[in-house]
Amino acid sequence: MFYREAGDFKTSYVADNQTFPIAFDRYRYYAVLAVAFLVVPFIVNDYWANAVLLPFLIWAIAAIGLNILTGYCGQVSLGTGGFMAVGAYACYKFMTAFPDLNIAFCVLLGGAVTALVGVLFGLPSLRIKGFYLAVATLAAQFFLVWLFNRVPWFYNYSASGQISAPERTVFGVPVTGPNTSAWATYLFCLVFLVVLAWLARNLTRGTVGRTWMSIRDMDIAAEIIGVNPLRAKLTAFAASSFFVGIAGALFFSVYLGAVEVGEAFGINKSFLVLFMIIIGGLGSIFGSLAGAAFMVLLPVLLKNVLVGGFGWDTALAAHLELVIVGALIIGFLIAEPHGLARLWELAKEKLRLWPFPH
Amino acid sequence: MKKLTALALMGALASGPALADLVFPDLSYRTGPYAAGGIPFSDGYQDYFALVNARDGGIGGAQARVIECETGYNTEKGVECYEATKGEGALVYQPLSTGITYQLIPKVTADGIPLHTMGYGRTSAANGKVFSHVFNYPANYWDAASVAIRYLLSENGDSLDGKKIVLLYHNSAYGKEPIRTLEELSKKYGFDLTTIAVDHPGQEQKSQWLQIRRERPDYVVMWGWGVMNQVAVQEAANIRFPMENFIGNWWAGAEHDVTPAGEAANGYKALNMNKVGDLPVFADIKTHVHDAGMAAGDGSNLGSVLYTRGMYAAMLAVEAAKTAQELHGTADITAAQMRDGMEALEMTAAKMEALGMAGIGPEFSVSCENHGGSGMGIVQQWDASAKVWVPLTDFIAPEDDVTGPLVIEDSEAFAAENNIAARCE
Repeated sequence: MFYREAGDFKTSYVADNQTFPIAFDRYRYYAVLAVAFLVVPFIVNDYWANAVLLPFLIWAIAAIGLNILTGYCGQVSLGTGGFMAVGAYACYKFMTAFPDLNIAFCVLLGGAVTALVGVLFGLPSLRIKGFYLAVATLAAQFFLVWLFNRVPWFYNYSASGQISAPERTVFGVPVTGPNTSAWATYLFCLVFLVVLAWLARNLTRGTVGRTWMSIRDMDIAAEIIGVNPLRAKLTAFAASSFFVGIAGALFFSVYLGAVEVGEAFGINKSFLVLFMIIIGGLGSIFGSLAGAAFMVLLPVLLKNVLVGGFGWDTALAAHLELVIVGALIIGFLIAEPHGLARLWELAKEKLRLWPFPH
Repeated sequence: MKKLTALALMGALASGPALADLVFPDLSYRTGPYAAGGIPFSDGYQDYFALVNARDGGIGGAQARVIECETGYNTEKGVECYEATKGEGALVYQPLSTGITYQLIPKVTADGIPLHTMGYGRTSAANGKVFSHVFNYPANYWDAASVAIRYLLSENGDSLDGKKIVLLYHNSAYGKEPIRTLEELSKKYGFDLTTIAVDHPGQEQKSQWLQIRRERPDYVVMWGWGVMNQVAVQEAANIRFPMENFIGNWWAGAEHDVTPAGEAANGYKALNMNKVGDLPVFADIKTHVHDAGMAAGDGSNLGSVLYTRGMYAAMLAVEAAKTAQELHGTADITAAQMRDGMEALEMTAAKMEALGMAGIGPEFSVSCENHGGSGMGIVQQWDASAKVWVPLTDFIAPEDDVTGPLVIEDSEAFAAENNIAARCE
């Protein structure tokens, strides 16, 4: 009734090609942005920022990154944790080597370095596909973690091998280090997510994105119609790693403040991001966000309900949490193999006809 | 109206003198590859607070409240737990994880809540001039490394010249901590140091022990935790490495680390920062806590090495809280007052005896400059047939002239990096 195309007239091609062609969707999108930028910063506290919102925003960036590579370009990667580590360590090196450099640039440079490393590890993708590529990227994961553990230059020769983020400010407001306020770190990460999500959306519906998708759908056919697989695959690796690197840099500098590479960027992080995009929906920006929300927020929610609400034993709750999240993942994938994004699409389809389905 | 007034009066009376609880969060881990160590420690920690509440009516009349939060030894969950509990009026954090400690050091300092990392965490936090809110008494990793080497010196007629020592360590901040001290000591005493890393979680150590077999070291020193310890002891037995030349640090010397290897683990040595044995306080815990059905966990760990250490940690927290109450003349202390209490803490033999824990730890006192205590540790040996840890030595003092300058160097680097002005002047 309210959610419909009827009456929403487009008078230009630009208007016709916009991301949210339905007026209701558009307003909802603006409303979400308005709440995120204008309401949440005023009510957010330390717990919400550090336990819920920051991890969600940062994992969402990582999920978008992997979704570009896996969802849009069809190249499976298990190296996400390692690439996040590259972003984090590059950001750390820039932060400590150039103390006057603004943190936003350190994060971006961290992403740029990761893009280069990603291209390097993406080279084998020209020859190998599928499972074999997954194993090659798995090697990247282990190699990178080993490298950051092994070479003391990366952690500035600290005794423990940990890197910790010194205080850096944006417009005089600290966003890293101990004296940050919840709203500042939240807004800093939110700006990155919104800009990157916007970038990803526009990349994926332009020429670059179309070449990626043609490679995903059938690489030989794509090559025959003139898509350069070298370029397509390597740009996908570069763009994906750039996103993942930024997520890693934010994860280290803004969210955790101190990391130890084996624990923070281990293989389980690669799987976590892969689960996010599979559950959220491959080849969908919304799916990346939904998947990140599902994997990050659900455990926190369950913990608060089981321990805080029912007062159960913490160990029991921790075990149950694994069981429930696992069962939900299986349940979701059986009900909708294309992920939460597809469920969302179906809901919208139904809404268009509501209340007069035929 | 009368009724209402009466009700209001009754309500006011019932609430009585509003003594808030003293909150002690317990960032425990009862799940994951490190749970074997996390469970007994947390049980001991919680049981001691329950004992103080039941037997003494709380700390100086104020009840202690323990909030447990499961971290799974995971830093992200650790942050979540910290944020979730700090608003409850937390007095002191003891995360039992070096990784989480590194995360919390800047946060607690900004929030004004003390952090007590007993025998773990950042070694250079012993320098109170730089780390205002972090305490690692009674001992730290560099002390442990020094104590281990001093023990080996005493076994070898004060000379380790030309000996080969392997450090087998957990490849994390925790395991890497002792390397710097051991390197210094190897220069000083002329022994040959090889470091071999074991990756998290430590179930796979075949190649490391192959390397040890090839290198034929005189001694293996281990910095392990969780499942890594059991595997290492088993692997050492497999290559028939003489157990009496294998020394774990104090996080690699609990019952569950050696029992899986059975008889083969006989003779394995480990450091300890607290004495184990039949302390009178266990009888009190049995009657007041376990028999009253308030035991943390399943109550099966009473008296084990890590249970005792958890209880010791809780005891130090309670004593610091008492000191804070005396200093500030109030039972209802804040985190800032708790910090003052920790800084003024003095543990004497008489005090420990009065608590039913005679000789559980060394005597030490904390000061503004020294947050690290005395750093003493004992060496204990596993007797597989009797299934007990037998103390081999009394408390051995570390070489402060070796660790001291390292602590100053590392903490001053931290201070310079974070623009911290020195205190205590």
